[in-house]
Amino acid sequence: MSNRISVMVISGTIERLQMAAMVASVGAVSGNEVTVFLSMNALPFFRKGANTPAPAEGEMGKLLVAKKAPPFMQLFESAVELGDAKIFPCSMAMDVFGYEQKDVVPFLGEPLGLTKFLDDASEGQIWSF
Amino acid sequence: MANRRLVDARGSFCPGPLMELIAAMKMAEVGDEIEILSTDKGSATDIPEWIHKVKHEHMGTQEKEGVWHVLVKKTH
Repeated sequence: MSNRISVMVISGTIERLQMAAMVASVGAVSGNEVTVFLSMNALPFFRKGANTPAPAEGEMGKLLVAKKAPPFMQLFESAVELGDAKIFPCSMAMDVFGYEQKDVVPFLGEPLGLTKFLDDASEGQIWSF
Repeated sequence: MANRRLVDARGSFCPGPLMELIAAMKMAEVGDEIEILSTDKGSATDIPEWIHKVKHEHMGTQEKEGVWHVLVKKTH
């Protein structure tokens, strides 16, 4: 009954972060085993105290902000708290940005390598944003 | 006697109302009923899908003046 959903997030635009957070949160609260891997331009938004808003790609991104859709950060946190999702920062991106574990938001797990993520993702659905 | 709780998620967009419902379900006892209010039409159809998927009881959905009322009973 439980399915595995692996979500790779590499983009730093609001539309993609929002959709990734929606898939992760709804997937996690619907009985799926969800793993999220944060890398490339997505990771800096998960730095503690980061307050730069994610830029919009188009009209929808602007509307998400104007209409007060649930913020993606809150949805990712709900995925962990309500659905036991696991969210990991990519170890390579952590190194490139020079982040330590203490620098990122507390609901992230330990940095994860691509080998492990790909191994875990070898069964089930894989989504990338 | 079952408790009934109201969750007012009017004005919130998908999946906000679903997340608010699930947070309330976690706090509720088995047998309790939760009525969720949503102005988001997508949530009005998606919430019953979630209820069926995780095997709680969908007791009905009604629209009153642009607000959807979804009633669910916690069964496990």
